[in-house]
Amino acid sequence: MSATLLFLILCALAAAGFLIGRYKAISAAGGDLRSLHSLTHYHGWGIALATFLAGLTVLVGLSLASSAFPALAGPIVLPGVVLVAAVAAFVVSYLRIERDFRARNYVEAMVLGLLMLASSIAILTTVSIVLSMLFETARFFQQYSWTSFFFGAEWSPNFRGNSNLGMLPLLWGTLYVSFIALAVAVPVGLFAAIYLVEYATPRFRSMAKPAIEILAGIPTIVYGLFALITVGPILRDYFASPLGLGQSSASVMTAGLVMGIMLIPFVSSLSDDIINAVPRTMRDGSLGLGATKSETIKRVVIPAALPGIVGAILLAASRAIGETMIVVLGAGAAARMSLNPFEAMTTVTVKIVSQLTGDTDFASPETLVAFALGITLFAFTLGLNVLALYIVRRYREQYE
Amino acid sequence: MTDAVTNPAQNTGPAPMQPSALTKRRYAAERRFKAYGVGAVAIGVIALLLLLTSILSRGLPAFTQTFIRADIYLAPQVLDPKGNRDRDDIAKVMTFSYTPLIKDSLASLANELKDGPVPQATPALLAGMVSGAANAQLRDYVLAHPDEIGKTVAFEFLANARIDQYLKGNVTRESAAADSKVDPTQLDIADALVKQGIMSKRFNPAFITNPDASENRPEAAGLGVALLGSAYMMLIVLVLSLPIGVAASIYLEEFAPKNWITDVIEVNISNLAAVPSIVFGILGLAIFINFMHLPNSAPIVGGLVLTLMTLPTIIISTRASLKSVPPSIKEAALGVGASKMQSIFHHVLPLAMPGILTGTIIGLAQALGETAPLLLIGMVAFVRDYPGPLPGGLLDPATGLPVQVYNFTQRADPAFVERASGAIIVLLAFLVVMNAIAIFLRQRLERTW
Repeated sequence: MSATLLFLILCALAAAGFLIGRYKAISAAGGDLRSLHSLTHYHGWGIALATFLAGLTVLVGLSLASSAFPALAGPIVLPGVVLVAAVAAFVVSYLRIERDFRARNYVEAMVLGLLMLASSIAILTTVSIVLSMLFETARFFQQYSWTSFFFGAEWSPNFRGNSNLGMLPLLWGTLYVSFIALAVAVPVGLFAAIYLVEYATPRFRSMAKPAIEILAGIPTIVYGLFALITVGPILRDYFASPLGLGQSSASVMTAGLVMGIMLIPFVSSLSDDIINAVPRTMRDGSLGLGATKSETIKRVVIPAALPGIVGAILLAASRAIGETMIVVLGAGAAARMSLNPFEAMTTVTVKIVSQLTGDTDFASPETLVAFALGITLFAFTLGLNVLALYIVRRYREQYE
Repeated sequence: MTDAVTNPAQNTGPAPMQPSALTKRRYAAERRFKAYGVGAVAIGVIALLLLLTSILSRGLPAFTQTFIRADIYLAPQVLDPKGNRDRDDIAKVMTFSYTPLIKDSLASLANELKDGPVPQATPALLAGMVSGAANAQLRDYVLAHPDEIGKTVAFEFLANARIDQYLKGNVTRESAAADSKVDPTQLDIADALVKQGIMSKRFNPAFITNPDASENRPEAAGLGVALLGSAYMMLIVLVLSLPIGVAASIYLEEFAPKNWITDVIEVNISNLAAVPSIVFGILGLAIFINFMHLPNSAPIVGGLVLTLMTLPTIIISTRASLKSVPPSIKEAALGVGASKMQSIFHHVLPLAMPGILTGTIIGLAQALGETAPLLLIGMVAFVRDYPGPLPGGLLDPATGLPVQVYNFTQRADPAFVERASGAIIVLLAFLVVMNAIAIFLRQRLERTW
C-alpha cells in the first residue's frame, strides 16, 4: 500500500470521525444543544484531530525507524500499525464524548501542541545542520589531520588519494572577493542611504528606493550569469589584458564587483532604517548651531548611527562570505593565493559545490572535506550574524 | 516693553550675503557631499539597468529559432514495414531510420541550389545545417499522425545552432572559417535559403516546453523539465511552509511564555534567515539523501530544502503582520467570551491574512530563484524525461529553472549562453509576476489601523 493511499485513508477516517463525533454530541445533548459544554463541532474535531495525528505520528515514526529496522517498513506491517493506532485513537476519543465532556479544551490543547511543534522546527533545523556536519567532519578528521586542513597552504584534491586539502587558499579567495564586494557596496550603499534619507524629495525617494531594492530581489544565479557573460569579458578586455595582469575572464575582481552590486541594497536599506532612527532633535541641534547639512551628517548623524551601520556592514559581510553562485560562475576554480585581483581564485563555497557534485564517494576525505568546509563557513557566518544582530539590537534600544 | 521698534540705522553690519572664503569652502563641501549621494543612487540604478539590458539583449533571441522548410516523403517501406499503420509497429522504427528520409529530401534541394545561386553546395553540407534533433522531430510527428505515411508533407526542421547564430548575427564568416562545426559555404547556402524563403526565423514555443538537449544540439534544448521541476518544488514549499510558518508564528507571537526557550527559538529563526543557502544544501544532502535515502535530484528533496530555507522568511513576515493587528480586536473577542484560541483563529488571523500571503509570495519568489542548495542534492543532473504526474512525480528526477541556467553555462557550445539568458528571462518573468501579485495584495487588502 503506498504512502499516498495510506494518507488518504487517514484523511477519510478523520472526516468520518468529525461527522460521527458531532452526531454523538448532538444525541448526547438530548435535544437541548445548550446543555453541552462545547459546541458540537468541537466534539467532531476532537475525534478527527486525534485520529489523524495518531496515524500520522505513527507513520512518520515508523518511516524514520525503518532505516534502522527494515522489518518495520513491510507492506503489511507499516499500514497495519498505522491504521491500528488511528482506529484506537478514534475509538478512545469517541467513547469520551458525553454532555459534559470539555471537547473545546481538548481540541485547543491539541492545536497548541501542533503550534509548539511547528515552532520547534526552526530549532530542529539548526540542530540537524550542526549535527550532520559535525558528524561528517569528525569522519574527515579521522582521515586527515586538522592542522593541515586549517593551516595547509595548498589545495590539490586528488581522487586517487594523497590529496593536499589545505583551507588557506580558499579562505584567502573568500576574504579577497568579500573585501572587494564590500569596498563597492559599503560606500555606494551608505551614500545612497544618506542621500535618500537626508536630501531626496519624497517623490524621488519613492522611485529610487524601490529601484535599488529590486537588486535585492534578483536571484544570485542572474548575477552569476551577468558576471560570466558581461562583466568578466569586459574586465578582461579593457583592464586586465591591456595592463598585463592576466587573461582570465573569471577573476576575483569580476566576482567582487558583481557581488558588490548585489550587496548595495542590503547596505542601503539597513543603513536607511538606522539613519532614520537617529532622533530629529539631534539634527536640529546641530543645524541650529549653524552647521551645514553635510556637516551635520558627518559629525552628528553618522557617529550616532555608527554602531548600527557597523552591524549592517557585518551582515553584508556574512552574505558575501556565504554567497555561492556569483563566485562559482565569476571567480574561477583555481585555488591560489595571490594579490592580483584579475587572477582567477576560488572560495570555500565554490569548493563545497565542486566536491559534492557529480559522482561522490562519501568515505573519501576528498568528499568529506566539503562538510568540514561547510561547518567552517557556518561557524564564520553565524559568528558574524550574532555579532551584527547584537550590535543592531543594542543600538536600537539606545534610541527607543 | 515688548513691541521694540527696530531702528533701520542699526542694520549697518558687513554687506549681507557676501560669504567668506571659509563659508564658500563649506558650501562647496556641501555640494560635493550631495553629489556623492546622487552618484551612489545613480550607480545603483545604472547597475540595475545594465544587468537587465545585458540579460535581455542576450536572452531574447533564445525565444526565436531558425527553421528550414523541406518536403519530406514519408516512405511507407521505411516507416511502416508491415504496412498496417499500427502505432506500436511504427514506434519500433528507430530514430536513426528517419535520417535517410531527411537526407533524400535535402539532396534534391542541394541540387537545385547547385544549379542556382550556390555552386559549391553539396547534399552533405546542406544536411549538416539541419539540427541533429531533426530525425527525432520527424519521428514524433509521424507517431502523432500515422495516417500521413506514404504522403509528402511539408515539414519545418530546426536549423543547426551555428546557422541559427549566423542568422542572429553572432556567427560571422571569419569565425566560421576557424570553426570546425560550420563551413563558410553553409553560410552562403543559408543566405540563399533565406532569400528563397525556405529558411526563416520565427517564435519557438519549444524553448519553453522541450526538455533539455545534449551538448551538441543547443538549438533543441528547452526548459520543460526545469519548469515542471520548479513548479513541483514550489508546490511543496507552499504546502509545507505556509501552514508550518503560520503555526510557528502564532505560537511565538501569541502563546509562547517569555522564557529562555522562546528566546532561543527566536534567536535561532533570525539566524537561520541569514545562514548561507549552500549550508541548507549540505543539510539536504546529509539528512534527506544520505540518511533518509530519498532519491537524488528529486523535486521532493529540493522542495524540503527550500521549505526549510523559506520558513524563517515566512515566520518573520507573519509575525510582523500578526503584530500589526490591534490588540483591541482580540480583547473584544475575549470580552464576549471567546477562548484565546478562538479569538486568534477567528479574528486576528483573518485580519492578518493579506500580510501573511504577501510574505509567503515573497518567500516563494526567493525560493524559486535559489540555486546553490539544489546543486548539492543532484539537481544538476542531465534530465531528459519529464517527471511523472503528482504525487509520484515528486520522486522522479527533475531539474529546476535556476539550476538549468547553471547547467547551460557549464556547456562548451557558445549557443548555450543565449539559452541560459533566455531561461533567466523566464525566471525573471515569474518573479515579476509573483512580486506584482504581492504588491497588489499589499495595496488592495492590507489595512492600516
